[in-house]
Amino acid sequence: MSSTVIEAKNLNVFYKDVHALKDVNLNVSRYTISALMGPSGCGKSTFLRVFNRMNDLIEGCKITGSALVEDIEIYNKETKVDELRKKVGMVFQKPNPFPMSVFENVAYGLRINGISDKNFIAAHVEKALKYAALWDEVKDGLKKSAMSLSGGQQQRLCIARALVVEPSVILMDEPTSALDPISSAKIEELMYDLKKEFTILIVTHNIQQAARISDTAAFFYIGELIEFGKTKEIFTNPKNDRTQNYITGRFG
Amino acid sequence: MGNKKRITQSIVFWIIRFFSLSVVLILFVIMAFIIIKGIPAISWDFITKAPEEGMMKGGIMPAIVGTLYLILGSMIFAFPVGVLAGIYNVEYATNKYLKNFIRIMTSNLAGVPSIVFGLFGMVVFVNKMGFGDSIIAGSLTLGLLALPVVIRTTEESLMAVDNTFRQASLALGASKWQTTWKVVLPIALPNTLTGLILSIGRVSGETAPILFTVAAYFLPKLPSSMYDQVMALPYHLYVISTSGTNIEEARPIAYGTALVLIFIVLIVNVTANLLRRYFGKKYKVN
Repeated sequence: MSSTVIEAKNLNVFYKDVHALKDVNLNVSRYTISALMGPSGCGKSTFLRVFNRMNDLIEGCKITGSALVEDIEIYNKETKVDELRKKVGMVFQKPNPFPMSVFENVAYGLRINGISDKNFIAAHVEKALKYAALWDEVKDGLKKSAMSLSGGQQQRLCIARALVVEPSVILMDEPTSALDPISSAKIEELMYDLKKEFTILIVTHNIQQAARISDTAAFFYIGELIEFGKTKEIFTNPKNDRTQNYITGRFG
Repeated sequence: MGNKKRITQSIVFWIIRFFSLSVVLILFVIMAFIIIKGIPAISWDFITKAPEEGMMKGGIMPAIVGTLYLILGSMIFAFPVGVLAGIYNVEYATNKYLKNFIRIMTSNLAGVPSIVFGLFGMVVFVNKMGFGDSIIAGSLTLGLLALPVVIRTTEESLMAVDNTFRQASLALGASKWQTTWKVVLPIALPNTLTGLILSIGRVSGETAPILFTVAAYFLPKLPSSMYDQVMALPYHLYVISTSGTNIEEARPIAYGTALVLIFIVLIVNVTANLLRRYFGKKYKVN
């Protein structure tokens, strides 16, 4: 297994006339957490959504260059979107569990892939909920509606939902921005455990969070990747003035 | 100055309150009127027997059954077609112009007078397709009438579903159809049901569309197939109010018929609302 899981080569994204990402080159290693930072509209979310092709849903979106997940060219005609999305899970900004039971929320990813073996599903749901550090809190109420959980629990449920299909990469789009500090801390802790088995790409507006949890960090500005490297170096010794200004809070 | 502001505020408030309450009042007056006038005509025989003696005696059972058949028939047609059309428009159609075109046409369809639907039904279903005056011709005509309401409410309830649900499902590798069927539709279901309720209300009271396609003036027996004619409550009401030998004496029957018609619509509404509440709870979104 190569150590590079995610790779972007001369990646460009256009929304109609807007050049949203400009010639981005970036490699992400396996079992790391990479933080994508930058002011609003800098292209970090667009970059994230390249890797599970969520940008396909946006009208007028065009992509050039090359984006790879585990050496598979994402925008190749032969690459099936649903296969790719099984490999690349996603967690959204706002907790968005489906209006179903806790169990069914997690089982969803298996059922849509045609799995109906009850024991298999039960085992994998349990495993995913344990991964997401939610099992102990919900094991007695798996049939309860997911909507009855707290915001932080809902977000961990969404993480479990993404993990159940055993992806190799998890994309997180500001996963804690709608949560209270204690729930956020739990998710950060959880991410730390998750990186033993998954590779995580996280978009965050919270610079301290990026510093705390990530191994590598990228700074985007108006569609350009300004700087990418070890988090420690970016935060202690940024090469670019704009990076420095951003992480020290001079703009954002 | 502050005083003036407060006085204006309370005057406006009272005006608004008066008009909104007057809507309720009008409904109550109509209901009370029909109930008071209609109750004397209601009896067990009235709802279980066929009309007799030039419709001056007996009951209205065939018309009740006919109306129920027509509601059912038109829904069997309008609900699947309308819901699927709505799903297509919101979830699948990518061409903006086509989408707009369909939407405008749907609105236009909603604005077509019901008598025109009746004529269309007569020409197409009764004559061209050879169904004759029949339940199926009437149901299809009424179904067409209900279609815009069903489509529009389906569209609106689908559009009200937060996009992040779709994204979450797609991001797991679900197909568009799986996403629509398993995630989006259950969330949209309670509101879609409202559309169905509204359209049933509209269909059950229409007279013009059934005039040339199904309604029988006097037919004291029940239909044996969907190619038979039936009596229907709204048409029956029209007939005994306008063309009897003794209209004055038939008045109580007319009010009784109106009461039964309103009662049927009420039952449909209540049932559908219960369903809506049930599914609303089951698929509650916070």
